[in-house]
Amino acid sequence: MDRSTAERQKVYAWGRIEPREHAVVPASFADEMVAAVRATDKRPLLCRGLGRSYGDVALNGGGYLLDTTRADHFLSADWATGVVRAEAGLSLDALLRVCVPRGWFLPVSPGTKFVTLGGAVANDVHGKNQESAGTIGCHVRRIGLARSTGEMLELSPDAPLFAATIGGLGLTGVMVWVELQLVPIRSATMEVETLAMRGLEDFFRLSAESADWNYTVSWVDSLARGAALGRGLFIRGRHAAAGPLTPHGHPRLTVPHAARHILNRGTIALFNFLYRTRPWATGRAVMHYDRFFYPLDSLSHWNRLYGRGGFFQHQSVVPMKHAPETLRSLLALTGEHGEPSFLAVLKVMGDRRSPGLLSFPMAGVTLALDLANRGESTRRLLDRMTDLVAAAGGRIYPAKDATMSGEAFRAGYPAWRRLEQHRDPAIMSDFWRRVAA
Amino acid sequence: MSDSRLVVVLGATSAIAQAYARRRAGTAARFALVGRREERLHAIAADLLARGAATAEPVVTELAALDGIEGAVERIRARFGPPQEIVVAYGVLGEQASLERDLAGARATLDVNFTSAVLWLLAFLKQHEAGQPLTAVVIGSVAGDRGRRSNFIYGAAKGGLDVFVQGLAHAYAGTPVRFVMVKPGFVDTPMTAAFVKGGPLWSSPDRVAADMERAVRRGARVVYAPWFWRPIMAVIRYLPWFVFRRLKI
Repeated sequence: MDRSTAERQKVYAWGRIEPREHAVVPASFADEMVAAVRATDKRPLLCRGLGRSYGDVALNGGGYLLDTTRADHFLSADWATGVVRAEAGLSLDALLRVCVPRGWFLPVSPGTKFVTLGGAVANDVHGKNQESAGTIGCHVRRIGLARSTGEMLELSPDAPLFAATIGGLGLTGVMVWVELQLVPIRSATMEVETLAMRGLEDFFRLSAESADWNYTVSWVDSLARGAALGRGLFIRGRHAAAGPLTPHGHPRLTVPHAARHILNRGTIALFNFLYRTRPWATGRAVMHYDRFFYPLDSLSHWNRLYGRGGFFQHQSVVPMKHAPETLRSLLALTGEHGEPSFLAVLKVMGDRRSPGLLSFPMAGVTLALDLANRGESTRRLLDRMTDLVAAAGGRIYPAKDATMSGEAFRAGYPAWRRLEQHRDPAIMSDFWRRVAA
Repeated sequence: MSDSRLVVVLGATSAIAQAYARRRAGTAARFALVGRREERLHAIAADLLARGAATAEPVVTELAALDGIEGAVERIRARFGPPQEIVVAYGVLGEQASLERDLAGARATLDVNFTSAVLWLLAFLKQHEAGQPLTAVVIGSVAGDRGRRSNFIYGAAKGGLDVFVQGLAHAYAGTPVRFVMVKPGFVDTPMTAAFVKGGPLWSSPDRVAADMERAVRRGARVVYAPWFWRPIMAVIRYLPWFVFRRLKI
């Protein structure tokens, strides 16, 4: 299919800050993806999958968006070795439904399974096992990339374009397929232990003591102040050694379009209190991977909970040396914001390097939190947080970002120039225009 | 694996056919994927194999080439053996307003959606051994339930197909040959790319495929997909003329 089938549409990113007008071109098969990037047109193109990026990495206002979600075919799958090659539009949701019953799992899972393989690689996503497994880019064996020159490239890890494409924000060409090495599992269930954290010291101590657990993450009560700052729950898990290989079900609840701003100071305070103090909050449990990895997926369109204004997400990583005081400052700063963050997540990151040029993780601690959009004051807060992160030698995650300055981005990702050199001239995004122009 | 069911999918690249075949692939079925675009049929075959199909092979042919149908069926049977299931999944929508003035286009719409589908079914039935089980799954449309100004050329073809399959079911009653007429409503597929989508009446190809699979398993004769189209179309069919004539549907 060529670009003549484009349909003018207003498209939101996941944060729902403001829609931007695009010409959306659907692709159902690989040949349509290849044709779309070869078409000659002055306006740039960008691939878009399931739209879970919060800011503008998957927006291309005034240009073309290539909707890849129907191009979701497996090209090959070797269930003896766990190597799958599939078109970039295949969702992790669909992949799990096929691979889990056969005893295979994603090597790296982001916080939602509603992302495409292409989107996961373009943002080089990480998960709760980042310390041991690195990012998804560490498990990619080959990439099929179509360029506007008409080339169809098969990239192996030694190719410079391979490193540029992993975490390359979709800018190096149209990713047509990805070959991924899955990891074996013996059960679809997880052994999970949840421990109370009284403050940041507990977070650092428990992180250090959890080497036996593949997956760790912490939820932090953003309302805590002073000595209680960093109070929350430390959650660690590993795949159970035995059990059924039953894949996940379908989401049952949907937030309607007309949702008002349900998440406010009162509801968040109540939720945080109940979440932390419910009697069954801590202890050991066996639960399905769906509940462990993707708790928010059970509520479709949860991003509408922030109402019409939408919301921002701040996710940063700072090197371990400066992590304690930077985290304290960041959490204290968000406390000054009129509305607290519903989801504040902390995690220690390891030093396993991704092949990606612009991969986000570095050894240190990452903090992720949502902030309802209250206009200028929220943007100023995010700027101050970005400054703190930059001063500590850290950086902001492009997949989550809608506000960081070009200087902050270029300081955090010195390899950005090399990505710009590898960028396909027919491809552009609002994010790249904002930070690299 | 040789005892697994052979499913012949006519129009295998259609979104609903793909979703249905993916569901059936889990039962280790064998697939003959009939369509026009070889590269895409190969992609679908590889996809079905990864999802558990015993075999999946493309059969490249022009589905609406009326004179070639009988020969194509002979070739399919010679290559794969007798099918246990036939899925008629191809179709073209066309734009009603322009088809009313474009007689060649109108004829093509009827040939693709009605005439060729009838011939494919007759050709398979003609070569089918009596007493052997066979299920024919035919994708029609709610548009075939009552002629409406917005799509009555497409609707006439699908309505004709409905009557034809009804007659076949009658003729084969009491034999192991079964017919399932599927009537989807608005489905978000490339065929409906020109529509503004979203809202409660639109459904995904996989939702329709799930209803198809259930209907085949339970031996239903007619299935509306999703179910709510049955009461909606009942109302539309029985609206008195003096009301119906005013509706812009």
